[in-house]
Amino acid sequence: MHFADGTIPTDYLGYVRKKHLWILGGVVLLFFLLIVSISVGAVGIPPYEVFLSIVNGIVDRIHLLLNPDAVLNPTSTDRIVWNIRLPQALAAVVAGVGLSVAGVAMQSILRNPLGSPFTLGISNAGAFGAAVSVILLGTGQMHSTVADAVTLNNPYVTTMVAFIFCLLATAVILLISRIRGASPEVMVLAGVALSSLFTAGTMFLQYFASDTQLAAVVFWTFGDVGRASWQELGIMAFVTIAASLYFIANRWNYNAIDAGDETAKGLGVSVERVRDVGMVVAALVSAVIVSFLGVIGFVGLVCPHMVRRLIGDDQRYLIPGSCVMGGILLLASDTVARIIVAPYILPVAVLTAFLGAPVFIYLLLRGYRR
Amino acid sequence: MILDVDGVAFNYRSAPVIRDITFDLRPHQILAILGPNGVGKTTLLKCMNTILRPKAGSVLIEGADLLAADRMEIARKVGYVPQRCEAGRMTVFDAVLLGRRPHIGWDVTDKDIRIVEAALRMLHLETLSLRYIDEMSGGELQKVSIARALVQEPRVLLLDEPTSSLDLKNQIEILGIVRHVTAEHDVAAVMTMHDLNMALRYADRFILLKDGVIHAAGGPDVVTPETIEAVYGVPVTVERYNGFRFVVPLEPESA
Repeated sequence: MHFADGTIPTDYLGYVRKKHLWILGGVVLLFFLLIVSISVGAVGIPPYEVFLSIVNGIVDRIHLLLNPDAVLNPTSTDRIVWNIRLPQALAAVVAGVGLSVAGVAMQSILRNPLGSPFTLGISNAGAFGAAVSVILLGTGQMHSTVADAVTLNNPYVTTMVAFIFCLLATAVILLISRIRGASPEVMVLAGVALSSLFTAGTMFLQYFASDTQLAAVVFWTFGDVGRASWQELGIMAFVTIAASLYFIANRWNYNAIDAGDETAKGLGVSVERVRDVGMVVAALVSAVIVSFLGVIGFVGLVCPHMVRRLIGDDQRYLIPGSCVMGGILLLASDTVARIIVAPYILPVAVLTAFLGAPVFIYLLLRGYRR
Repeated sequence: MILDVDGVAFNYRSAPVIRDITFDLRPHQILAILGPNGVGKTTLLKCMNTILRPKAGSVLIEGADLLAADRMEIARKVGYVPQRCEAGRMTVFDAVLLGRRPHIGWDVTDKDIRIVEAALRMLHLETLSLRYIDEMSGGELQKVSIARALVQEPRVLLLDEPTSSLDLKNQIEILGIVRHVTAEHDVAAVMTMHDLNMALRYADRFILLKDGVIHAAGGPDVVTPETIEAVYGVPVTVERYNGFRFVVPLEPESA
């Protein structure tokens, strides 16, 4: 076949540039949102000082790394930024990116617009794991003397058990699809069944739980990005970045699968293997986030669809776009959750749907961008 | 020979679908696989690029065994146009660019874009290049699908009922494209077809399948009233008009 006389069409290059600008715009928006999110709260910090504190903090820490004897002299602003708000804001961004990229991958892998960590039962499996840990293993209790102080006295066990159940749910879905052939319908239906099963299991345990245990389980279930320490944030960031890079590297395979299984096979894609590996990666990143932060629904399902409405189904732009959108949505939700009923701080899971649903319905009604 | 199929057999679970399929094809030839519904035409086509793995036999492209090659290698040799493909929110250009998948490393190169542009021009799709494929008609979508298979730069094109849902004008256009491509380039095409007259008009080799085996194979002269009645169970007559041969079904009672 000879197509030697081809030229590079400028209108197509313009079209590609526009897609890239959309994503770049999203990144810029996310950055500004990060500064704004850190500046608002019980103690208002002007955005410029937030920026300075972050930059100085990074410089100081690099300095500390090079000269272990140096002493940091953080101001109170630095303490608020670096100890409280920055980890929380970054956790929101990382969790948003991770859940959203898992959602977009699952939607493509399962050929189903309802694919997301939540619909496939991974989130509910995590919640069930937390309930098992708190109620059966006794890792949670509530100090009723101090208002607003629910503690999980052994959060690491709870996280581990939640993580194990997330992986268990994934393993069952993959096993079922293995037996029946890796068809997307089977995976989705197995996920829905598992989701119900784990919800029922959680309800069963809660029915026999004491008041304090019940409170601890419910507290765990409300996904909250304020829980993450720097170390946990590091683990989540590592897994999320690795997963995102994996999905981006496979963008052409997902595009091919979106065109139909037979087309994809004809284009040289090992459809079953791409599906299985993709499922494991997506489940892993969801499991890590859910077990550290609790159940955060909606982001994984809806962010990819928002991006689809804005820049289309091409995975080359959809995957990075969903990452950015996930970060924006969860960070925005968390910022609002922190200030909406100040001085109380809502867990972000309450707010994601409140903020996201109207935007999503608007985008559905408006249809695609021309 | 560009394509050698030797003793290919396939079965779903235990029921044999096709067996003992042997034929070969030269460059510039178009082969039509004919036969009634469910006889295994599509199965045979899918065996030829190992979407379905044959249980026996071999498929050689220019002497290289496809069954020993990996998917990517096969995709560089065989282009497959399925009966229907899903249309997401993608531009025509990107949908065709997807056909470069077997050649793309980390990202598309200028060469890939040039090839796609040339293919779009060849199929007269260049004015539609930034239209979204989920807004296109069946005929346009089929052309996109063929363009995608062409930019794979395959040696053999497989087309599964390329004209089954198209109007007359689109049927002629699509088959004209297939004929033009096979005539101009060093490739061969295999297509399954229902429309005997279109097959007679555009193909130059024929295989008639009956009960999973080849009932008759060869040039246009194998499409006779006898073979058609044996394969389809319908009495027909084959007429000529201005050098075109066409098949006219007869009423069973009047035969």
